[in-house]
Amino acid sequence: MNIKHHLQDDTLLAYAAGNLPEAFNLIVAAHVSLCDECRAVVESYDSLGGAIIDNTEVADVSADSLAQTLARLDTVTREPRSTPRPGTLPAPVQNYIGGDLDAVRWRPVGMGVKQAILSTSDTASARLLMIPAGVAIPDHSHEGTEMTLVLKGAFQDEDDRFARGDIEVADGSVSHTPVADIGEDCICLAVTEAPLKFKGFLPKVVQKLVRI
Amino acid sequence: MQRVRDHQDRAAFSDLFTHFAPRIKGFLIKSGADATMAEECAQDVMTTLWRKADQFDPTRASVATWIFTIARNRRIDMLRRQNRPEPEELPWGPEPEPDQADVIALQQDSVLLTEALKTLPAQQRDLIEKAYFGDLTQSEIASLTGLPLGTIKSRIRLALDRLRHLMK
Repeated sequence: MNIKHHLQDDTLLAYAAGNLPEAFNLIVAAHVSLCDECRAVVESYDSLGGAIIDNTEVADVSADSLAQTLARLDTVTREPRSTPRPGTLPAPVQNYIGGDLDAVRWRPVGMGVKQAILSTSDTASARLLMIPAGVAIPDHSHEGTEMTLVLKGAFQDEDDRFARGDIEVADGSVSHTPVADIGEDCICLAVTEAPLKFKGFLPKVVQKLVRI
Repeated sequence: MQRVRDHQDRAAFSDLFTHFAPRIKGFLIKSGADATMAEECAQDVMTTLWRKADQFDPTRASVATWIFTIARNRRIDMLRRQNRPEPEELPWGPEPEPDQADVIALQQDSVLLTEALKTLPAQQRDLIEKAYFGDLTQSEIASLTGLPLGTIKSRIRLALDRLRHLMK
């Protein structure tokens, strides 16, 4: 796959080290599912974790710990490798939806844009967005980091074009207006540290209602 | 580990347990667990290693790395009560007869990485360890990616070559 927009090393390191909120873990896992380059970086940071755990200070386990664990093995069924699931949504996203695109329960948020909020821990939020072909997501800015991963179609903002697998990372200072390509509807996974603020799009009360 | 995977060898499992369980327990205590919880979770991690043994691929991860990933996920589950979504599995699995050159290249790389870690100034090494114990903020982590761990770059190239080679 021809991915042009990747995640930064610090995000991939935070993912490997286990330092991100659940919603960001989800979008990293989804991007890495589609992107070999970032998968290689994550696996390398995992190997740094391996070196750390192998050289860490040991804490003695109790004398019967091994015997207890061996006894537990009898009750354990070996798990075969999970087989990849074909579909538009990468497997980690499918796990939150309970299926592929046809299982998504969309809610309209205006201008033909639809969203589905995914249930994650509340330090950050994740949702799928469906932007109809040719439609612009209104100019918005946000507090904290927002990441947007394209899963279907493409969008264009002031600087660049983002297609399947590409991830856009915007911090709080950026105000931007992504526009979906004219050819087909654009489906994205979007993750934010804090709720989006739209400029003159929806009154604040409505924003609250739709949790955008 | 390959004996555990291919032959469900309990003696080999016991050896791995003796080496790794105290390390997993130490890792979890440093991550903020109390000793009882850490011991329980170390047993969980070793049980998971047995349960998922078929997924172990010695051309992509060392045993220590693989154990780290299981322990990390258990830590997030235990201390933060959160999911950690994993990337989709690659379409191919571990080969029954992995290319020994690849296995050795990965082992050598793991040794280099450990040495690189040991030669870092203590302060930097502490910072990296803290990150893996789940103790750093995002901006502190950003400062880590600039550290002189050249072996990480070669490790990334190796991993990428391997992914692309397998895809052909």
